[in-house]
Amino acid sequence: MPSVLPLGDPAPPDGLLPAAAAEGAEQRAFGLYVHIPFCAVRCGYCDFNTYTATELGGGASQDAYASTAIAEVEFAAGAMLASGLPTRPLSTVFFGGGTPTLLPAEDLARILTASIRAWGLQPGAEVTTEANPDSVTPESLQLLADAGFTRVSFGMQSAVPHVLKVLDRTHTPSRVPEAVRWARDAGLAVSLDLIYGTPGESLEDWRYSLETALSYGPDHISAYALIVEDGTKLAAQIRRGEVPEIDDDDHAAKYELADELISAAGLGWYEVSNWSRTPEQACRHNLAYWRGDDWWGIGPGAHSHVGGVRWWNVKHPTAYANRLGSGASPAAGRETLDTETRNVERIMLEARLNSGLDIPSLGDTGRHAVAGLIADGLVDPVAAFKHRLVLTLKGRLLADAVVRRILPD
Amino acid sequence: MSPMARTAPVPAATDPAIIRNFCIIAHIDHGKSTLADRMLQYTGVVQSRDMKAQYLDRMDIERERGITIKSQAVRMPWELDGTSYALNMIDTPGHVDFTYEVSRSLAACEGAVLLVDAAQGIEAQTLANLYLAMENNLTIIPVLNKIDLPAAQPEKYAAELASLIGGDPEDVLRVSGKTGAGVEDLLDKIVRDLPAPVGDPDAPARAMIFDSVYDTYRGVVTYVRVVDGMLHPRERIQMMSTRATHELLEIGVSSPEPTPSKGLGVGEVGYLITGVKDVRQSKVGDTVTNLAKPANASLPGYADAKPMVFSGLYPLDGTDYPVLRDALEKLMLNDAALVYEPETSAALGFGFRVGFLGLLHLEITRERLEREYKLDLISTAPNVEYEVTLEDKKVVHVTNPSEYPTGKVAEVREPMVSATILAPNEFVGAIMELCQSRRGVMGGMDYLSEDRVEIRYRLPLAEIVFDFFDILKSKTRGYGSLDWKADGEQVADLVKVDIMLQGEQVDAFSAITHRDKAYAYGVMMTGKLRELIPRQQFEVPIQAAIGSRIIARESIRAIRKDVLAKCYGGDITRKRKLLEKQKEGKKRMKMVGRVEVPQEAFIAALTTDESKDKAKK
Ligand SMILES: Nc1nc2c(ncn2[C@@H]2O[C@H](COP(=O)(O)OP(=O)(O)OP(=O)(O)O)[C@@H](O)[C@H]2O)c(=O)[nH]1
Ligand SMILES: C[S@@+](CC[C@H](N)C(=O)[O-])C[C@H]1O[C@@H](n2cnc3c(N)ncnc32)[C@H](O)[C@@H]1O
Ligand code: SF4
Ligand SMILES: [Mg+2]
Repeated sequence: MPSVLPLGDPAPPDGLLPAAAAEGAEQRAFGLYVHIPFCAVRCGYCDFNTYTATELGGGASQDAYASTAIAEVEFAAGAMLASGLPTRPLSTVFFGGGTPTLLPAEDLARILTASIRAWGLQPGAEVTTEANPDSVTPESLQLLADAGFTRVSFGMQSAVPHVLKVLDRTHTPSRVPEAVRWARDAGLAVSLDLIYGTPGESLEDWRYSLETALSYGPDHISAYALIVEDGTKLAAQIRRGEVPEIDDDDHAAKYELADELISAAGLGWYEVSNWSRTPEQACRHNLAYWRGDDWWGIGPGAHSHVGGVRWWNVKHPTAYANRLGSGASPAAGRETLDTETRNVERIMLEARLNSGLDIPSLGDTGRHAVAGLIADGLVDPVAAFKHRLVLTLKGRLLADAVVRRILPD
Repeated sequence: MSPMARTAPVPAATDPAIIRNFCIIAHIDHGKSTLADRMLQYTGVVQSRDMKAQYLDRMDIERERGITIKSQAVRMPWELDGTSYALNMIDTPGHVDFTYEVSRSLAACEGAVLLVDAAQGIEAQTLANLYLAMENNLTIIPVLNKIDLPAAQPEKYAAELASLIGGDPEDVLRVSGKTGAGVEDLLDKIVRDLPAPVGDPDAPARAMIFDSVYDTYRGVVTYVRVVDGMLHPRERIQMMSTRATHELLEIGVSSPEPTPSKGLGVGEVGYLITGVKDVRQSKVGDTVTNLAKPANASLPGYADAKPMVFSGLYPLDGTDYPVLRDALEKLMLNDAALVYEPETSAALGFGFRVGFLGLLHLEITRERLEREYKLDLISTAPNVEYEVTLEDKKVVHVTNPSEYPTGKVAEVREPMVSATILAPNEFVGAIMELCQSRRGVMGGMDYLSEDRVEIRYRLPLAEIVFDFFDILKSKTRGYGSLDWKADGEQVADLVKVDIMLQGEQVDAFSAITHRDKAYAYGVMMTGKLRELIPRQQFEVPIQAAIGSRIIARESIRAIRKDVLAKCYGGDITRKRKLLEKQKEGKKRMKMVGRVEVPQEAFIAALTTDESKDKAKK
């Protein structure tokens, strides 16, 4: 979760939602995101809302964090009930960070248990945690599985030592296959996160990382182009000329290579940066974000969305804990989306999915743009004949440009 | 030394014998306005506590740039040997673009204070303005200014001045506008040396209009110098060229605030207000007479200022076009030298082709439009006016390259100037090299003193109007100065270079150049555009062509990636805001065929490196 919060309307201290948010809620899936804002070290490229023990000045808040998060779980369940929302069993839960596995597995299990207590869990629900390869053990993974986790997403990033070094990653490449094996043994599905386009990474380096990752037989792969976020150490290094600039053409070539190798290994893309072995193994929690379902985000800086209302929590763990300690909502701001904005978001997010967009639902601008997009090789003609706008490989690389072309003026 | 006058002669009742009309002329920055400040102060028309530097530079733009753009006339009393005199002082601009302002001011005077910076010596506009003053038969008072400067060389430059205008170096006054040293002596000398105006007080009134300014509150304020007779408030006056008649609502003198009077008599300088709203109804150079008792013959006027450089002005936001139109109309009320007509550009939409006296004039006009009317403007590359004769003998005047005729061209004529360059003699070689590369033909060279030369060249206007001065300055380590004036035209081997994006001609980037320079222009512009235009979803060829012949080409590779690929978790608001920003950005693009060209690219491509540093010449 990026560290800069949007500007929005003030959020009410009681966390109550407007009546409109409850409309049609029975039909929508409900998910839970749990943010764990701690990392052992901060990676130079990362601007997520996460803190190292030194940044927090002592580890005290880390110990108490599970209880604080559970306080928000209970607050959330109460606020939703009081807002007239039905209690829906969780269809997905996602622990993200930060590094969730930096907390003792027992803490994660406690939070999950409390959440299930509050809402219930759908049969076959997807329960994921992100993890750094060097922050898990066979025992911790087993404990998570026993508590109800079904899936673990490892931040592998690269298999090449000099790339991992530029990324400030602490794990050694050989730790990844071990961690994957332990997860498998515990019965967890495995996803691997990769980053491409790191300064100094050659196309061959990237090929090696892809082949290595694929050789572990993951159920799912996310491959992200490295983004140089303002204010990160990496941005400063590039500015000072200590590491080379990021090159979009290099990114494009590496994306094409990723799609080629991952597809050849039998995984299929279902979102611009995501591939899964079977459609069922797509990350349902992320799909829920992109399809506009409801979710509650627990933790500092976490974002939530329920029935067209978005809100986000205060950023700092201390401020967050203080809010909950005083019984108030930890939300910092919120926005209620109007129809037009919801439409823009729908187009923006669904265009990135392999299920694509419903062409007749686009406005005039969008519908009229389709022929040109096909001509430019950005949109799949066969799908378009069936009224779906689905991006081609070239189109995925230019997805934002496509979205700008189909959005209403 | 004279004391401040105890009584000031009253306008309309002042004997011409005690009137002295003079202007201060000099090269740019030699200190005219600062000297004027001291005069205002010592004559008591501005109190010391109200004084501010360059008091008469009233426009914001004058104050910011520290230069005078408009002449200002002020009436000041001064006492010498027990007699109170009325002095009319006109502070003039020094920049070559505004030479016409100087020549108008000269017509209202009997004398001129020729000011020379004692640390710089004689420079090109010193000579040009001196020449104008002599042509007008003015009595010249040579004065060295800035003698307080440690770098001042008064002996050397007094000798230079004396040899230039004749006389003894000892007679060259030395003053400091900054400290005030010598300024009172100068005022005395003005009274002693300058002739009093002569005219017939009983003849029908004749007054020469030397300036006309639009004021939001008072309408057009017309500045006149009365030659014969007398003008009174409330009487009906007539403009002799147009025969238009007006009632004189107010008449008065500036000292320096407008002060109504009972009239203006022979030799007096002052202002008239008639309630007209358009400066063109009160034309500079025209003669004002009394309707009841009109004069037979008008006074000799002066030629209209002729625009030399043309540029298209376009609002960035097309919906601002009416605002721009109104703004130009208003500015024109104040600036008789400004001419414009509507034009359209395929690339830039609706705008105006505007004629200017020079680049500084363009720059200032544009800045005033942007500032005073809150407009964002694109100005196209400045152009001179070409005369194109077709094989069928038809003649077309081209101020905009995109109007260059496509038919068979028999002959193209371009405007010429005669230029005078002054510099230390060590730079002669460099200057000649520069002028030669600009297709110049040398007219002659003279030594002004042992180590300073005056070099005369005839050059195409197009070659000097843009970057010439900056290059001259750098080649002469800042010591060279330049003056130029129009000097006919010549037949030249000129061609039009077009620029095409994806085969689509972009009219705003077309240029008329000498054939030998067409290639350089093509390479420069295509290269610049390649840098400025962002990559598109397809490859964009950029070509420069003369007719159908391609002379330079570049290409912008297709963009391959335009997608944010990162795990954003639930922060969808951030992604949407980013998209909205990109979408906003897209709106500010101009479409050339399918190519999206950001406005900034237009601006940057049309901003010549030269035009960045043109403010001070
Ligand atoms: N040291 C010193 N500086 C002076 C003197 N007179 C003018 N200056 C400085 O010279 C610069 C130009 O002065 P201005 O009075 O604006 O010159 P100008 O001739 O009116 O300039 P234009 O109207 O633009 O042609 C300013 O920075 C003044 O402060 C002087 O007597 N001594
Ligand atoms: C929230 S991070 C958490 C996972 C875990 N802390 C880790 O780093 O292994 C999720 C993923 O986002 C990706 N990511 C983080 N910062 C990024 C950046 N600046 N550019 C591209 N991807 C980034 C990484 O692949 C990372 O695994
Ligand atoms: S471990 Fe993950 S969340 Fe933590 S700083 Fe690194 S990338 Fe960011
Ligand atoms: Mg001045």
